[in-house]
Amino acid sequence: MAVKLGRRAFIAGAAATALPLPAIAQSAPIRIGLLTVKTGPLAEGGIQMEEGILTFLKEKNNVLAGRKVDFISADTGGSPAGAKTKAQELIERDKVDVILGPLAAFELLAISEYIEQQKTPLLSLAAAEDMTQRKPNPYFIRASATSAQAMHPLADYARKELKFNTVVTIVEDFAFGYEQMGGFQRVFEDEGGRVVKKLWPPLTAADYTPFIAQFGDVDGIVQGFAGSNPVKFMKQYADMGMKKPVIGGETAGDDALLKSFGDEAIGMINACPYTMDLANDSNRRFVANFTKDYGNIPGFYAAGLYINGMVVEAGLQKVGGTTGDKEAFVKALRSVSLTDTPRGPLHFDDHGNVVGNIYIRRIEKKDGKLVNRTIKTYEKVSQFWTYDEKWFLAQPVYSRDYPPLKS
Amino acid sequence: MKRAAQGLALLALATVPLWAGGSFYVNIMSQVLISAIFAAALDVLVGYAGLISLGHAGLFGVAAYGAAIALGAGIGHFGAIAIALVAALVVTAIFAVLALRTTGIGFIMITLALGQILWGLAYRWIDLTNGDNGLSAASRPAPFGLSLASADSFYFATLILFCIAIAAIAIFTRSPFGASLRGTRDQPRRMTALGYDVWAIRFFACLFSGFWSGVAGILFFYYNQFVSPHALALSASAEVLLMVIAGGSGTLLGPIVGAALVVAMKNVASAYIERWNFTLGAIFVLIVLFMPEGLVPGTARLLRRGSIALRRGAAPAENPR
Amino acid sequence: MNLWLILSVNSITLGGLLFLLSAGFSLIFGLMRIPNLTHGSFFMLGAYFGVSLVLWFHLDFWLAALIAAFLVAALGGVIERFVLRRLAGAEQAQVLVTLGLSFMIADLCLMEWSGDPISIDAPSALRGATPFFGIAFSTYRLAIIFIALVIAAGLWALLDRTRLGAMIRAGVDDPQMARVCGIRVAHLFTVVFCLGAGLAGFAGMIGAPILSVYPGLDADMLPLALVVVILGGTGSLLGSLLGSFVIGFLYNFGQALLPELAYFVLFLPMVLILVMRPQGLFGRRTL
Repeated sequence: MAVKLGRRAFIAGAAATALPLPAIAQSAPIRIGLLTVKTGPLAEGGIQMEEGILTFLKEKNNVLAGRKVDFISADTGGSPAGAKTKAQELIERDKVDVILGPLAAFELLAISEYIEQQKTPLLSLAAAEDMTQRKPNPYFIRASATSAQAMHPLADYARKELKFNTVVTIVEDFAFGYEQMGGFQRVFEDEGGRVVKKLWPPLTAADYTPFIAQFGDVDGIVQGFAGSNPVKFMKQYADMGMKKPVIGGETAGDDALLKSFGDEAIGMINACPYTMDLANDSNRRFVANFTKDYGNIPGFYAAGLYINGMVVEAGLQKVGGTTGDKEAFVKALRSVSLTDTPRGPLHFDDHGNVVGNIYIRRIEKKDGKLVNRTIKTYEKVSQFWTYDEKWFLAQPVYSRDYPPLKS
Repeated sequence: MKRAAQGLALLALATVPLWAGGSFYVNIMSQVLISAIFAAALDVLVGYAGLISLGHAGLFGVAAYGAAIALGAGIGHFGAIAIALVAALVVTAIFAVLALRTTGIGFIMITLALGQILWGLAYRWIDLTNGDNGLSAASRPAPFGLSLASADSFYFATLILFCIAIAAIAIFTRSPFGASLRGTRDQPRRMTALGYDVWAIRFFACLFSGFWSGVAGILFFYYNQFVSPHALALSASAEVLLMVIAGGSGTLLGPIVGAALVVAMKNVASAYIERWNFTLGAIFVLIVLFMPEGLVPGTARLLRRGSIALRRGAAPAENPR
Repeated sequence: MNLWLILSVNSITLGGLLFLLSAGFSLIFGLMRIPNLTHGSFFMLGAYFGVSLVLWFHLDFWLAALIAAFLVAALGGVIERFVLRRLAGAEQAQVLVTLGLSFMIADLCLMEWSGDPISIDAPSALRGATPFFGIAFSTYRLAIIFIALVIAAGLWALLDRTRLGAMIRAGVDDPQMARVCGIRVAHLFTVVFCLGAGLAGFAGMIGAPILSVYPGLDADMLPLALVVVILGGTGSLLGSLLGSFVIGFLYNFGQALLPELAYFVLFLPMVLILVMRPQGLFGRRTL
């Protein structure tokens, strides 16, 4: 079971080893805050986020760039107001140097202006496109992906390798869903395919059958469900005897979710910035340590936070461990370029968004368990795919009706 | 004795920036006051009219969105606030006309459904509300040229509005109208027989409640400088209802204490207690077991018993409540 | 044409599941006038217990469902006896305590089972699809209709043909008179609350192969139960049954044909019905 860490106990432990000696300024601890969700329906991803960063800090013995780490975890409860309050707590009361998280896009949007005002660097997994596009925040760094970043290559794969001509998309009726499918549609249709229908079940829908019944005769189904919904969807899809191939976004086939699926998920192709079977040193280390401490395999959320930790460490090393100059620290973070991370090589574009690999995986059964097997890697994928950046930014942000359906 | 206590409380509230221990805690106090206004507004219906509403976050949210949308359309702060209040009143009137067709569980269910409809509109009417990405405010209003950007200044503005709200609600509930409202709660048929228009009394109480809920919603929007459909969720309606009941409905102090309890647990205790949600639920259950009428009336009862026991030196007769 | 057929059949199967969910709530509210806002938590808890029994102890699906129902019923009994009994008539306190309990149960489930969703397959005899007018329908979902009807018949027999049922009906119609007639109403309340909670727990397990089990399941299901009971009329078994099917149809056809209104496709009709007929379609008492 998960190692439960009382927040105060952790700080007490860290603080006990981090008492700053008056004469040596450099040993003042660096304070890292985490905004995550540990109660309610979003808790699944939130708990993994914390486990991911704790795995990283433990591996580093709680020392980054020569400074001890004071780690403070805050539970936002999954609401924008809660995120704001906890961000204020971390910045004004706990005086953190950098914030990791929050989990959800609406939490991030609620605190974006505040962290810019407070000049606190923030590394989040939240996928809201405009945070690094049309409404960029200079203190924001995203090492995971925008909503559409993994869907662009997925569409390319669907056209070129799977040879799909027509698809139906289905995803929850909210911004993350719109942005994912907008990205898929743009690339898919630019390469000659056609999205026949776009379906948007409400967030609280318990039964997707009325939507599945509308799929019709297409080559494939594209789904982008998040949280625990992919499990429900695949079950209900199989129940209806549907046989068309299903392909999914980064949350649909997350490695950590695989244990919850039944055999109906076998064969699902999904695109994700992280894949557990990536065979490099840091990922092997990460997966081994994570599995040892928490008994589960890590997924996108845990890996994302581990990688955020690596970025923070690299940034710290660039500024020689001093975080007093906030602008310099942010610049250093944004200029980080790493080759050996659990997701492979990465660096950031001018807007603070990651440029890195996207992995196309297929779910298969191995030794009686479901695993993702990487079948193709798209390298150096940016948030703009192969489009010209200026052109891309001049278009409206992906939404429910944009790109419009070709009828 | 009571006056002295009230004066002391007011003094403590007025000097919060001095003793709270930093801008973070001042902000928490602002949140407590905003929630207290909302809870007190709901209490007008729950405690004094006997009508439990599970959709009040809808009214709160309509005002917050009204201000946000007006601001986005280029209208200045004061125009936006006016529009928000008008919107809250209009929507409350519609709510009341529909919900007052029944009482009791029917009222609860209609208000729940109406709250959910407003929440759904906030999510889906993206052209107007920007969906779950929410709307933000670039700045806070500056009444009389005084900036409310800092935690302290916003707190004082909130405190002033809080005092006005509580005073208004106190006057309202202690007036003859308030008495007739309590009459409709306790003996609706008798009131009708006596010639009171029970429906009209309840309707007006709804408007009054909706207005102050709207004020709380506008403060909430300016405090966070952001609003999203979460503000209208069923959980938000349930939360404010819990504040009222836990603190003690039908009293003035009850909702305030309830608001302080919930805000403190969510925002402060959650830093120290990982399972704060469980703890909050447990506190509610304990309140019901030991003080089912609420924290404030329950404490008053215990103090009364205690003082009687001290004076008499013997166990008092069982309090019939 | 296919779409209509699929939606119609699914409406009925969803209705069956909703009946299992809401029958308990209707009974509890009908007899005891308690708005049991812990009902969604009972559903979720039954699902968690049931899937754990199947996955960890390898019990047969149906046995696990019955044990889960029994466990939740026992919990319900404890809650009624020690908490709710002293709150007769205190509606606000009942709301507070049932919501407080739902917070506690939700957090305990999160602690015990973590945030990951758990899915199980339908019992092996009911897996796969049954062809019906050329379309394959999930056999398990069709079976749920059957289960719901069996439970409905059982409840009807209980209420209409047994002494206990007669006492319950008397208690629903007029608790004061029932007491005068010597019926131990307090005892009855505990039995009914156990029954209602147990039904919810059973429903949770039955629904698990379709819905899976995850944190937040309680909050997703409670509004559905409320809508069914209010629409159908409280205290009326027939009302719950028919209300469930009405909601099943509204849900399926509404989501498919009116996607713009998907977020409130259930609540709009509920408002309309409540405004025009506050006691619900089949309720007998004015609320």
